Amino acid sequence: MSKQYKAAALISGGLDSLLAAKVMLEQGIHVEGINFFTGFCVEGHTAAIRKKQQDKPKRNNALWSAEQLGIKLHIIDIVDEYKDVLINPKHGYGANMNPCLDCKIFMVHKALEWIQENDFDFIITGEVMGQRPMSQRKETMPVVANESGAEDLLLRPLCAKNLPMTKPEKEGWVEREKLLAFHGRNRKPQMALAKDFGFEDYASPAGGCCFLTDENYSKKLVDLWQARSSRDYEMDDIMLLKVGRHLRPKPYYKLIIGREEGENKFMQGYTKMFSSIKTVSHAGPLCLVDGATDKDDLEYAAQIVARYSQGKNEDTVTLQINRLDSEPYEITVKPLAADDVKQDWHV
Amino acid sequence: MSEHTLDARRLLCPMPVIKTQNKVNELQTGDTLTVTCTDPGVLNDIPAWCRINGHEVISASEKDDEIEIEIKVC
Repeated sequence: MSKQYKAAALISGGLDSLLAAKVMLEQGIHVEGINFFTGFCVEGHTAAIRKKQQDKPKRNNALWSAEQLGIKLHIIDIVDEYKDVLINPKHGYGANMNPCLDCKIFMVHKALEWIQENDFDFIITGEVMGQRPMSQRKETMPVVANESGAEDLLLRPLCAKNLPMTKPEKEGWVEREKLLAFHGRNRKPQMALAKDFGFEDYASPAGGCCFLTDENYSKKLVDLWQARSSRDYEMDDIMLLKVGRHLRPKPYYKLIIGREEGENKFMQGYTKMFSSIKTVSHAGPLCLVDGATDKDDLEYAAQIVARYSQGKNEDTVTLQINRLDSEPYEITVKPLAADDVKQDWHV
Repeated sequence: MSEHTLDARRLLCPMPVIKTQNKVNELQTGDTLTVTCTDPGVLNDIPAWCRINGHEVISASEKDDEIEIEIKVC
């Protein structure tokens, strides 16, 4: 009986990785999925926080893909290790703070470590040549294979025919003829293949699973680093960048103001880490205060928070201020006029 | 066979799934694990993880914004 070769598939939850794994399964390869959690994955978080989205079904698309494929999925927390990738990307950033090429090299390297530890034979990804401007170009695809250390153990089933032969092809573990030659940004070939395989429901085919590709999120991250004079972050920092309005009235403090009930509830969990402001006399948001503030700063912040409450047009609004270093106290202020909330405060 | 618990409150998916996965990997067949969470996304994600990895969800319940999922390691 011939050996069944084993491949680890990088599963993002998107269509391409789903199809690449399916192409391998069709060739009789034993496939198990790996999904890396960087902390910046769009998957799940925002939907979990925001109440207004709770009528939509929640699912983790990587788990869903694995279930459609009938394969195991190993979700690996790389939050701490990923910091160096984001802070010091050798190949630089894309349009925003997305270090896509370094990210792909890092993930393939981690997958290489995984196959070595788990006695698997090779790695597959859903990459398609020419599809992404940074990590999926003809020039950069060999860079991923080389710098990750995977070399010819990295097979891209969806565009393998456009690339040099890999070890699984040379050794006859897989049939090159049955691999594909997709290229470019046209998604129709993938959609047609999905139909052939009977996949009718799949995650956004255009990709976009990382907050770092988002312009607004990237601006908030850069603002955080500038305010702290340090290019570093903790998990709580990157979570809070996904929540609320971020306003910076002074360089040394920032207000995070909840936009709806779900965000307020989520932010409540951070009130032991940050000073906070909450309206008392009217319905309104919870606000976290990030930075060193004095009593005058907090009074001014209370006026800003009042602006976002149901009492914004009243003469006065009463709020409770919870400082980390003293007992809570109430304060009554006149809400800031709309014109006085400066546009350049918005991060 | 022994009973185990895991506190995954305040964590957002996929962290509760990752914590569950890592804990289950330390357990023996027949052991049970009760995971307590606050992210409602776990009601889909932990059962999905169990299905694809061959473990059994014995029960899932929600009370006062906390979710408890009991898993049997298979």
